[in-house]
Amino acid sequence: MSRQNAAWWFLAPALIVLGLFFLLPVIAALLLSLTDYDLYALADVRNLRFVALANYWDLLHRPLFWSALGHTFYFVIVGVPLSIATSLGAALLLNSPLARFKPFFRTALFAPVVTTVVAVAVIWRYLFNTKYGWANYGLSGLGIDPIDWLGDPHWAMPTIILFAVWKNFGYNMIIFLAGLQAIPADLYEAARIDGASVPSQFRHITLPMLAPTLLMVSILTVSGYFQLFAEPYVMTEGGPLQSTTSVLYLMYEEGFKWWNLGSASAVAFLLFVIMFVVTAGMLRLSRRKVAA
Amino acid sequence: MSPRMAKALVNGLLLGGAVVALFPLVWMLSVSFMQPGEASSLPPPLLPRHFTFDNYRELFVHAGMGRYFANSLLVSAAITVFSVLINVMAGYAFAKLRFTGRQRLFQALVGGLVIPAQVAMLPLFLLLKYIGLINTYGAVIVPALATIFGIFLVRQYTSGIPDDLLEAARIDGAGEARIFIQIVMPLLKPIMVTLAIFTFLAAWNDFMWPLIALTGQEHYTLPIALASLSREHVQDSELMMAGSVVTVVPVLALFLAMQRYYLEGLLLGSVKG
Repeated sequence: MSRQNAAWWFLAPALIVLGLFFLLPVIAALLLSLTDYDLYALADVRNLRFVALANYWDLLHRPLFWSALGHTFYFVIVGVPLSIATSLGAALLLNSPLARFKPFFRTALFAPVVTTVVAVAVIWRYLFNTKYGWANYGLSGLGIDPIDWLGDPHWAMPTIILFAVWKNFGYNMIIFLAGLQAIPADLYEAARIDGASVPSQFRHITLPMLAPTLLMVSILTVSGYFQLFAEPYVMTEGGPLQSTTSVLYLMYEEGFKWWNLGSASAVAFLLFVIMFVVTAGMLRLSRRKVAA
Repeated sequence: MSPRMAKALVNGLLLGGAVVALFPLVWMLSVSFMQPGEASSLPPPLLPRHFTFDNYRELFVHAGMGRYFANSLLVSAAITVFSVLINVMAGYAFAKLRFTGRQRLFQALVGGLVIPAQVAMLPLFLLLKYIGLINTYGAVIVPALATIFGIFLVRQYTSGIPDDLLEAARIDGAGEARIFIQIVMPLLKPIMVTLAIFTFLAAWNDFMWPLIALTGQEHYTLPIALASLSREHVQDSELMMAGSVVTVVPVLALFLAMQRYYLEGLLLGSVKG
C-alpha cells in the first residue's frame, strides 16, 4: 500500500459521509429552491415543476418572511452585543487577581453552556410565568407590576434574548479568559508606572490586545445567533402574534409542516446568503480598521 | 476605591453571576421533587414541602421516559464512537500523510464551515426518506458520522506529532495501518477524549434535526420528547422539571467529570482566526 493510497483510505469514510449527507444535500437544496416541490411532488415526483426564481420572488413579497427576518435581526443585533459584553465582563472578573475560588466560579458560570436547550428553555418558561414565576416575584419586591414575559409580543423576544445570553455567555467567556491570560503582564506593569487608571488600561491595553479574539468571537456568535430556532419552538411556538418567528422557524414550518420544500429551501438559502454577507462585512470592516 | 472594596466588588459580582447561572438549574432540581401543583403558589416555593419521587415515577411508568432515555443514549453513543474514529482518521491524513490536492481539499472543507447545517436539512430529509432511513435511529446517526469541526480539531492537534517518529516506523517496515493503530492512536488519546465529549454532548443536546428526522414517538430522543411533553403538559411544572432533570443531569455530570478535556478542546477549536 503506497502512502498516497493509504491517505485516501484514511479519508474515504469521512469524505463519503460529508459528500453524501452534506455536500450533495446543499447542492440539491439550491436546485430544490428553483422548483415547486410540495406535498403533491412528495407523493409523485411527476408533479414537480421548475419555477426558476419564483420561490425567491414570492418570499420577497411575503410579509411573514420580512417579519421573520426582522425578528432574527432583532435577536442578532441586541443579543450578540449583550452576549459578548456579558462574556467579556465575566472573563475580566475571573481574570482579576482579586477574584477568589476561580475554578468554582468558572465552572458555575460555564454550566449553562453544556445544558440541553430544550430542557432549560422549559425551565425558563416557568421562571418567567406571569403569575407564579420567580422573575415577576422578584420584580414585585421592587414594586414593579407583573410583566407577561412570553405572552406579550413586545416582551417575548427580549425574554428569549435574556435566555440566550444566560445559556451561551460561558462559551465566549472561556475564550476571552484565554485571550486575557495571553496578554503580557509587563504591559500592565508599565502602564501602572505611567500612572494609567484601570479604565484607561482596559481601553489602551486590554481591548487592542484582545481585538483578534473579539473579532473571531463576534463572527462565530453572529452566525450562531442567526440560527435561532429551538428557543422560540419551545418557549413561544413562534408567537405571540408571530413576534418570535425566526427565519429558521419559518423554514421549519414551511418545509415540515406545510411540506413546501421548494419554498423552504429558498428560505434556507436566503438565510445563508444573509449570514455570509453580514459576517464577510464584519471581517472587511475590521480589516479596514486595522489598516487605518 | 480601596483594595478591600475592590476585592469585595469583584467577588460579589462573581457570586451574583454564579447565582444567576445556577439558580434555574437548582430550582429545576427542587421543583422536580414537589407535589403536583405545589410550585404554582405564591410566594413561589424554593424547597419541596413534602419530598416526593412521584414525578419521576409518572415519567418513567406512564410517559415512556425510559424509552426516550435509552434512545438518546443509543444515538449519542453510536455517533460518538463511530464519528470520533472517522474524524481521527481523516484529521490524521490531513496532518501527516502526503497526497495530491491535500491543501486544496482541506481548504474546501474549512470553507464548508460557513454553510449552516440547516441548508442541507430539506434535501437530506428527502434523501433519507428514499433510502428508507427516516424515522429510524440511522436517520440521526448516519449524517453525523463525520464533521468538519472534528476533522479540523484532530488536524490541529496531530500537527504537533513529530514526523520523525512516523518516518522511523516506516523505515522499520511498518505498514500505514499499523503505524496509525500502534503509534498514532495512543498519541492522540487526549484529543480523542476531547472530541468524544464534544460529540456526545452535541448529539445528546441536538434538537432540530432529530425533530425532523424522527417522526414517530418510539424513536424520540429526550429533547424531542421533552418538547412534545411540554406542549401537552403546560400546567404540570413539577412533571416537566423532572423531565428536564433527566435530560440535563447526564450531560452536566459528564461535563463536570471531564471538564479539563472539554475546555481544552473548546480553545483548540477556536484558535483558527
